[in-house]
Formats: sequence, structure tokens, C-alpha cells
Amino acid sequence: MANVDYKNFEKVLLKHVDHPDSRKLDFYLGHDGYAGARKALTEFKPAGVIDLVKSSNLRGRGGAGFPCGLKWSFVPESTSKPKYLVVNADESEPGTFKDRIILERDPHQIIEGILIAAYAIQAHSVYCYIRGEFAKGYTVMEEAIKEAYSAGILGNKVLGTDFHCDLTMHRGAGAYICGEETGLLSSLEGKRGLPKIKPPFPAVEGLFGCPTVVNNVETLANLPHILTRGVEWFQSFGPEKGPGPKLLCVSGHVERPGTYEVPLGINLNDLIFDLAGGVWKGRALKCVIPGGSSAKVLTAAECHVPMDFDSLMAKGTMLGSGGVIVMDDTTDMVDALYNILRFYHHESCGQCTPCREGTGWLEKIVGRIRAGHGRTEDLDLCLEICDMMCGKTICVLADAAAFPCESIIKKFRGEFEEKIRNGSGHSRRIFPSLGGPLVQIGAISAHNQDERKAQNPSAKH
Amino acid sequence: MTAPKTREFSPEAQKRIEWLFTRYSEKEAALLPVLRLAEEEFGVIDNAAVACVAQVIGLSPSNVYGVLTFYTHYRREGDGKYVVQVCSTLPCALRGCRDIVHHLEQRLGLKPGETTPDGKFTLKKVECLASCDTAPVVQINADYHESLTTEQLDAILDGLQ
Repeated sequence: MANVDYKNFEKVLLKHVDHPDSRKLDFYLGHDGYAGARKALTEFKPAGVIDLVKSSNLRGRGGAGFPCGLKWSFVPESTSKPKYLVVNADESEPGTFKDRIILERDPHQIIEGILIAAYAIQAHSVYCYIRGEFAKGYTVMEEAIKEAYSAGILGNKVLGTDFHCDLTMHRGAGAYICGEETGLLSSLEGKRGLPKIKPPFPAVEGLFGCPTVVNNVETLANLPHILTRGVEWFQSFGPEKGPGPKLLCVSGHVERPGTYEVPLGINLNDLIFDLAGGVWKGRALKCVIPGGSSAKVLTAAECHVPMDFDSLMAKGTMLGSGGVIVMDDTTDMVDALYNILRFYHHESCGQCTPCREGTGWLEKIVGRIRAGHGRTEDLDLCLEICDMMCGKTICVLADAAAFPCESIIKKFRGEFEEKIRNGSGHSRRIFPSLGGPLVQIGAISAHNQDERKAQNPSAKH
Repeated sequence: MTAPKTREFSPEAQKRIEWLFTRYSEKEAALLPVLRLAEEEFGVIDNAAVACVAQVIGLSPSNVYGVLTFYTHYRREGDGKYVVQVCSTLPCALRGCRDIVHHLEQRLGLKPGETTPDGKFTLKKVECLASCDTAPVVQINADYHESLTTEQLDAILDGLQ
């Protein structure tokens, strides 16, 4: 592995975000801004840019970690249809808040990345799909786009070349599923954000049925630097098969939560105990979710791991969106899992039965354990449901709910069993359709019915 | 005040809509941005606004309504002047969002999802606002309020007219 010396690492993506003028074009141009795009457009053919990015081994920063150049290369070169580039700025994976910083404070870095990607795939229309809650990021981006148009950076003659490129901001409206690329494209088309079956992949049949590449904000922000500083520089950070600078978001029970720019491959323990100041209130570490709430949990003993795509995959979890959620030894894992499951149930789009029903069942079963009404067979039932959800749906939201559920139950089973043992002793009929013996102690009292409502306050609305 | 039975976009908004149509190869793609415009123009998206948006884009009202209700972020009929949205997802839960919700319930006399009788505040529990490093977080209309204590929250609410 190349250099992972995080202590002497010089920031790349967040280098300028703390400067008061970091959003302005003049400031950006004064710091070598748009040199990467200029180089791409004047010194390279589009295929040359794709080859360059391919050879850099830049992997997508949105969650899946797919090689960026390879994704671009799937777009057919000769087609009568228009091609589109879509920016995924719908950052909504719990524990992730990295793109927001770039959107709000260094918008031109994104626009420059957009130009490079658009040129590579020869897209002349670009849409930046930003989550509805990011009103500030939207305004900042709009202002930057206006500046870029009037400076000839966007529009008919990009940077004085014959390449033309239009960029339109498009606001989402509160739906996690629109971060999934096909769901995002449905939403962009003015429909409900329902994911679509792949294949056809968006690179062949995406927005309006045309070839489309969807790239994450942070992925795009890397491009100008790869162009100006070169592939060798980029690969000097972290593992060969997925190098580069990376934004990691640390949240939860640490002294200094925040977004940290580090070389990929930094040890998770260094991130938590050095950069983020360790576990708060002098407490001990219990566990960490390393890549947004969809990732499988790591126990404290498992945290000696390099933060990169392949090392985390080898540990059975993933780098995902880089959202590192830290939990101290006082954390109630039943409660934590219930919170996660409530989220996925709320956000399931409802198309696929295993997801729509599975997320609901998991929320309710873990909810009843939490409320002291769990049954001994509930844990195996949850694991069985997880198994029935994984890989059986159009998109990976079902997997995203099942991964944390399965791993938290398996790694903290004792806590769940204790909760079940020490529960109120009542076993109530919540899922009559599941079959099996119905153990009901007494009739369900009015009190119990109120409790049942209280257990499930966030039922789909 | 009763809501009007029909609504119409202002000439400025219509101009903006015409511009939006030039940005997409299909008119329907302008639906989400036009719903945002409707929200700005009319304050809320009610049935009359849905009909107006449908007519402008050339979709059926039921289609527009189906899209509108898929998303949670549009301001709907019955929402208060200030929609107080408390992030309740795991990272905020780990850092005390329950105290914030509890405090707001006490202060406003509301359960999540309810609106004060004077129509000033709506309390909502929402999912991750992508500001986990500054948890607990509350979004009031478009503005984020971060790393909140209940005292700071009181000061913010006191300042809202």
C-alpha cells in the first residue's frame, strides 16, 4: 500500500473550504481553478480522459465504489441519442455529510469536475440532483453556475473550446431512495423516485432513455486534481486498487465529530482515536458502523482495519459512503438497531415485496423486543427475514436494511437475548400470518393496544 | 381563511416555468421544480395548486398528486408557518435528539406531525439531514440549526415571529 501517512497529508478536496471567499470564481481561478478542465479539453481527446481516469483507479465515492473510468467507458461512443451526465448530490445515507461541505463551500471544484466528466463521455446536458433539504448548497451552486456561464466556463464555448455544456440544478424533495441512481433518474424525469431493474444500465439507457452517467459529488471533485497533478500523484495515497484522498465523516460518540480528509487506507482506530479525539466522555468504544448506516457493524476489537474499499470488504463490511458512526459502551444496541430499521422502513419505496414487507417486519419485531415483548424465536426470525431480503429486490435498499440488522444481531446477540429474557413477559400477537404457536398471556388489554401504537409511532404515512 | 378553489401562477413564475421547459427534453421532468415554484408562490401545495401544476405541465392531477405525496419535503396544506424538523436518525439519536424532541413537545404542546392551533408551528421528526457532525440538528423551514441545546432552541423559537 502506498503512503497512508495521514499526519502529513496535505488536504486536496477540502483545501480551501475554510476560506471566506472559497465559493467565488475569482478565488477559485486564483488557485489554479479550471486548469484541470482546460487541460482535459485542450490536450486530450474524450477517450484519452477516460483512459487517464481508468488508469488512476479512481473509485466512486457515493457508496458502491465502482471504478469511475470504467463506468464512463460503458457509454456507447456512437449513438444518435443525446448523452447525459447526472451529478448525485442527494447525500442522504445516515452518517454522511461530506458532499454538503463541497456543495456549500467549493462549488467550482464540482463544476470543474463536471466539465471533465461531461467532456469524457461527450455529454452536453448535465443535471445536478441535490437533496431538497440542502437549500444553502442549492443557492451556492446556482450562484457559482451563474458566474461560470458569464465567464464562458459553461455554455456554448466552454473555456474557449468548441465543447458546449449546460448545467442545471435540480432539487429533490425528501426521499432517501433518490440517492440510488435509477431512483434518482426516475425522480429527475418528474416521477416518483422508483428504482429500475438493471440491465439496462443507465450508461446505455438512463435519463429519458438515453445513455447516462451518474457520478457522486466527491468523485467529480477528484477529477481536476487527477488532471493537473497526474495519475502517479493520485496513486501515491492508499491502496493501488482504490487510491486517492477520501472524505470520511465521523459522527456519534466521539470528542470531535467532523469531516476528515485523509488518504484512503488510514486505520480506523487512528481516525477515531487520533483525528476525532477518541470516544467522548472518557468512555470505551463499543462498535463502529464504518460506511453509512447500510454497512455492517464492526465491534471495537475489529476496528484495527485500513479504511479502504477492499480491506473493509475483506472484513465483511464496506467503505460505502464513508460515514463512520461511532458508538460508546453505554449504547443500547437494540435501540440503535430499531432506529436504523425505522429509517429503512420509512424510506422503502414499496415496489418490491421483500423490501416493503421485510423492512416493516424487522422494524416491528425489533420494536417489540425493545418494548419488552420479544420472543426467543424473534432473533432467528429476523435473520431469516434478512436472508429473504438480500439480493432479491430491484435496488439494494433491502440489503441496506438487512446488513446492519444481521450484523448487529449476530455480534450483539447477548444483548438482545437479555432484553427478551427481561422483557415484560407478555408475548403478543403482532404477526398472525407468520404461523407457529401463538402464545398469548391473557387478552390484549386496552393498555397493551396503546403500547402497541406507541411502539410503532412511525408507521408508514 | 379558506383556500382558493383555483390557483394561477404569476407572470414571473410562468416565465420561470417556460425557462425550465427549455432545460429538459421532456416537459414532465420539470415537475419537481414546478412544484417548488408552486410552494413559493402559494405558500402550500394544496389541491388547487396540484391542479394548476398539472395543467401547466400537461399531466393529470392524479399523476401530480402521486408524485407530490411520494416526497416528504414539500410544504402541504395544514403545515404551520414554521415547520420544525428534528433529525431523529441514528447519529442524532446518539447525541441527544430525543431531548430536543421532548423539549419541543413540551414547549409547543405538540406531538410530532401536529401543528399549533394558531398555525405557527408544525413539529416533525425527520430522517437524516446530513449534518451528523453537528448533531443534534433541527431544520426550521430552509434553515439548519446545528449542535443545538434546548436553551439555544428556545432562543431561536423566541425570535420567530
